[in-house]
Amino acid sequence: MSVAPPPKPPGGDSSKTPHGDSWTVRAREAAVGALPPEKLLPDGQPTYVASWIYIFGVATIAALVVIVGSGVILALKGPAWWHDTGVGHFFNSIHMWAVELFFFTMVIHLWGKYWMAAWRGGRARTWITGAVTFLIAIPAALTGYVSQQNFDAQWISTQAKDAMNSVGIGAFFNTTNFGQMYSWHILLFPIAVVALVVGHILLVRRHGVVPPFELEQRRS
Amino acid sequence: MSAQKLEWKGAYAPYDLVKELCIAIGVMIALTVVLTILFSSPDDRPSTIAQWSRQIPVGEGGFVPTALSELDGSSGTAEYGPPYNHAADGQHAAFLYPQKWLGVSHPIDTAQAYVIEPLRTVPNDPALQSALATYQAAPEKTQKEWTDAYTKALEKASVEGNGSIKVPAGSYGPVPVMMSSLLALAQSGGLEGSLLTSNQFFQTDYTKPLLFMADGGLLEKRAEAQHLLGEQWGMMNETGSYPGQSWLWLYTFWYQIEPFSGSENADILVILVMSVLSLAFVAIPFIPGVRSIPRWIPVHRLIWREHYKATGGGPLNPPARAAP
Repeated sequence: MSVAPPPKPPGGDSSKTPHGDSWTVRAREAAVGALPPEKLLPDGQPTYVASWIYIFGVATIAALVVIVGSGVILALKGPAWWHDTGVGHFFNSIHMWAVELFFFTMVIHLWGKYWMAAWRGGRARTWITGAVTFLIAIPAALTGYVSQQNFDAQWISTQAKDAMNSVGIGAFFNTTNFGQMYSWHILLFPIAVVALVVGHILLVRRHGVVPPFELEQRRS
Repeated sequence: MSAQKLEWKGAYAPYDLVKELCIAIGVMIALTVVLTILFSSPDDRPSTIAQWSRQIPVGEGGFVPTALSELDGSSGTAEYGPPYNHAADGQHAAFLYPQKWLGVSHPIDTAQAYVIEPLRTVPNDPALQSALATYQAAPEKTQKEWTDAYTKALEKASVEGNGSIKVPAGSYGPVPVMMSSLLALAQSGGLEGSLLTSNQFFQTDYTKPLLFMADGGLLEKRAEAQHLLGEQWGMMNETGSYPGQSWLWLYTFWYQIEPFSGSENADILVILVMSVLSLAFVAIPFIPGVRSIPRWIPVHRLIWREHYKATGGGPLNPPARAAP
């Protein structure tokens, strides 16, 4: 019986070890190279990051945290719970207001970033992920509205179906099918929104907050 | 857009990212709790077919006229086209017919689904089963003569105290018996269950009952009272005085103006316009002119006023002075 060699200690210079061709080592090195810990979780910000407008990015993330938290509680109890109990209605209200605040803060954040031309200096992907997050959040919210099992859900679903059907989306995205809309709302769209937000944050951390215009450059 | 990397090599101020996030979450929880305590959230009970059939049995948008339009194929759903049937091509824009191209994915034969099949489930009613057999055995032309005559008669219809429909005498064939039975079934609450029943016990697809109700007038009547109709910017509103989906304002805006407001293809036209605008929104960094507006309109002077006050707005990273 052959005996396997003892595992090598982690870390070290991978080029001098058999780990050099390891996918895991390559992935780790690429991740740490792109985002070293001090860049991922910095303890300092450029001095130009000094305006109330910067609050709205983190406020959007905070609203998303409250949306997901309240949504998890609603999902644990099932879609009919909030109609029948005061506690359920309370968490539904938290969920709804968090969504309103999410969009409110995100729109201000987007306008702020537009006026900063925050895509400058190799930051186009940061803008794109933010803009796509906004666009994906819209159907994420719509599927919530049509999953409410009340009159709003009846009316919005029967109105929205025409738009979906007109471009063929209705063939596989049926707003009057509660089961399908609920699945999209509590699983597929949240995964997409959270993944986009995580990607957006990592891009911000990697490239940093966009610096101010140089006034001479602006005049020219 | 400058392809040049912009990196700050100036001063840094202390910053606690994790603390900032935790405070933001705390503030957001507090805000949502306060808004919840002050305003709660809307939850108007859904309408039912039973309510509709009791409140508006006949007349405009009433249950019986709607059911009759499902039977004779003149309802909104019967004439819709894909994804429910082949009665029309659906909406199009120029040479684009995506509604037709994607086909009939949720087939609904309105006469069968909303009238004949539910009536077949009614037990111990030989007169009804005989009426159904007569109707189905009749030629299409005769069926149409009966339903046309009854549709006209319904304009002068009234409902008796026992729930039966009274219309002027005429040649309606078995249609009055079928409609009276369907009304009774609906008023008892039995039609909802009948429309949801399929091969499976558990159901989550409300397409059939919702389309049936949307063909009638009860949902629209409630929606109008709650300012939810299309011409009332309905898509973005919700019941009560709640903000609703205000982020849909631009989407809803197009429905209020020509040529969209008067077009039979308004939905596809609005979706196409919004798709182009959405793509442009994502691609702002690459669109000449749009990407330069922030340089020309100096909102950034307000945003970075502290920085400009301290530095005078000179080069971002001035070259180091040569040693003397």
